[in-house]
Amino acid sequence: MANVLVFAETRNGELRKIALEAVTAARQLADASGGGEVHAIIAGAVGIGDKSSQLAAHGADVVLVAEGAEFTGYARESLGATIADRARSDGYRAVILGFSAQGRDLGPRIAARLDAPIASDITALAVDGGNVVVTHPGYANKVIMTLVLTGTPVVLSVRPGAFTAAGSQKAGRAESLPAVAATTATVTVTEVKEGAKGRPDLGDAPVIISGGRGLKAAENFKLVEDLADAFGNAAVGATRAVTDDGWRPHSDQIGQTGRLVSPQLYVAVGISGAIQHLAGMRTSRTIVAINKDKEAPIFKVADYGIVGDVLEVVPALTAAVREARKSGH
Amino acid sequence: MKIAVCIKRTPDSESRFRIAASGATIDETGLKYDIDDFAGYAVEAALQINEKSGGGETVIFALGPDTVQESLRKAMSMGADRAVHLKADAVPADGIAIAKALAAELGGGGFDLILFGKHSFDSSSGIVGTATAELLGLPCVTSVSALHVAGGTGTARRELEGAAELVSFALPAVVTIDEGVARPRYPSLKGIMAAKKKPLVSRPAQLGPVRVTVQKMELPPERPAGRIIGEGVAAIPELVRLLQTEAKVL
Ligand SMILES: Cc1cc2nc3c(=O)[nH]c(=O)nc-3n(C[C@H](O)[C@H](O)[C@H](O)COP(=O)(O)OP(=O)(O)OC[C@H]3O[C@@H](n4cnc5c(N)ncnc54)[C@H](O)[C@@H]3O)c2cc1C
Ligand SMILES: Nc1ncnc2c1ncn2[C@@H]1O[C@H](COP(=O)(O)O)[C@@H](O)[C@H]1O
Repeated sequence: MANVLVFAETRNGELRKIALEAVTAARQLADASGGGEVHAIIAGAVGIGDKSSQLAAHGADVVLVAEGAEFTGYARESLGATIADRARSDGYRAVILGFSAQGRDLGPRIAARLDAPIASDITALAVDGGNVVVTHPGYANKVIMTLVLTGTPVVLSVRPGAFTAAGSQKAGRAESLPAVAATTATVTVTEVKEGAKGRPDLGDAPVIISGGRGLKAAENFKLVEDLADAFGNAAVGATRAVTDDGWRPHSDQIGQTGRLVSPQLYVAVGISGAIQHLAGMRTSRTIVAINKDKEAPIFKVADYGIVGDVLEVVPALTAAVREARKSGH
Repeated sequence: MKIAVCIKRTPDSESRFRIAASGATIDETGLKYDIDDFAGYAVEAALQINEKSGGGETVIFALGPDTVQESLRKAMSMGADRAVHLKADAVPADGIAIAKALAAELGGGGFDLILFGKHSFDSSSGIVGTATAELLGLPCVTSVSALHVAGGTGTARRELEGAAELVSFALPAVVTIDEGVARPRYPSLKGIMAAKKKPLVSRPAQLGPVRVTVQKMELPPERPAGRIIGEGVAAIPELVRLLQTEAKVL
């Protein structure tokens, strides 16, 4: 029996979806290790402890609350030190985080501090002969690796969407966790530039509408935005050709050197389907492609392809989606 | 400035991969190898910083078998001054083990800036840079898409999900490079000739125990072949129907 420590990530005072997924992964590991407890760390401004019940409802036995002004933003060094300290003091089997911007930044810091083996971006986990065994897609999703981690504790970061957040009957309890001051020199955040308002993040959105150079001009991205609005819960992505030209910010780029996404529905608008783009979206559940060239490689992976001019097809599709959603609800 | 860049040698991402008979590595026959994409951006970023300030030294480090020397030469043909090969039979899947070996080497080096790629293509992990920073006790800025250094201070833009963060930090520091900072130049003929005479030293990597190993590699399941459902606006009713009844996303 061994306990598992989770970092439950928040943004702007709210728990992120990945936090609940990480708790779910931790629950799996604790159960597979003979039924230990899941302890979830939540950090933020005073009042963040109110979110504890949500973590408990997803399988956290104990919620460790680090509240204070120092945790208002993303306090990388203090968080790393606080999590590592807790992990060390209580003999945990594993520390689990999300493979998000924060989790990528924190995971290796914690592993280095604990001198623990680490695996990133895992999609499944198990315990075999006392070792933690994980599945991790490497080579930009082209090769699925099974990794064995020897030693205790281990650090794992989970791929967004890979562990579906599950409910739990247990009633967790909250405890407060003293913050550990950072010992390493600090990085000062001077500004946070928020992306498009009112849209889900690419990693969370069930629907992604993505545009390529086939849109011809930056202003035509309006067509992509409109289609995303018609779905109501969609995020907007782009190819590297588009982010290179400055039509969209780099953070919208999907592909090998951009975001790896796996939505329920991915609509590729004027995208050729270069191998580096496919690397980032080919695990989407349903792929729709609109391209005027019927030989475009995107059609090799598209469940539903339409050969046509995006400037005509997309506005018509937007209208049809609006209509379908109106009558469907 | 004295800048270190840690690079990995990885296969061309456009390759069709096959799994070797052992089941735990890829089949290397016929693959082309080069400096990993993000590490290539890091090399270019270092060269530009030193070119702008008109001085300094750019030193490249790679841990791996003798074949990595080819990538070290390439970085020198782009303009780096010298290179250090940390010799190992293979590159382990254990990012902390690699970080320890690099930290042991970089520690006393007097570097103002140590650059890494955001993550490497093959491991797709993003561990080594951040872990090395932590082992060295240096400030670390990850996923940087714009970088400026002047007078002992660095400023950078970090890519987050749907947002960006602007940060400042004191040097020495470790930075992991995302796309956007710099597209790597092609080596000139002159650069290639000059690189042959630049110093490349090779010594054993201090790897220590390896605690993450690959048990198995597999290719992901193929997607069913795509299908074109129609042409132009006329195909939209059918698409909507399929999205409602088959894909159930509408
Ligand atoms: C190391 C490396 C990493 C890379 N990483 C990424 C990455 O992460 N993400 C990424 O996306 N790319 C990446 N790329 C770039 C990639 O190779 C392609 O160049 C890029 O994806 C092409 O973008 P695109 O499809 O928008 O443009 P194009 O390839 O130019 O395709 C435009 C498409 O639009 C169609 N079209 C044109 N006009 C119309 C119209 N009126 N109506 C309908 N269709 C139309 C054309 O038929 C064409 O298929 C990378 C490349 C390298 C070398
Ligand atoms: N064997 C290696 N030798 C030198 N640098 C490496 C090595 N492996 C990884 N790196 C560096 O660490 C970065 C992140 O790699 P990874 O943690 O494998 O995703 C790479 O982009 C390189 O800059």
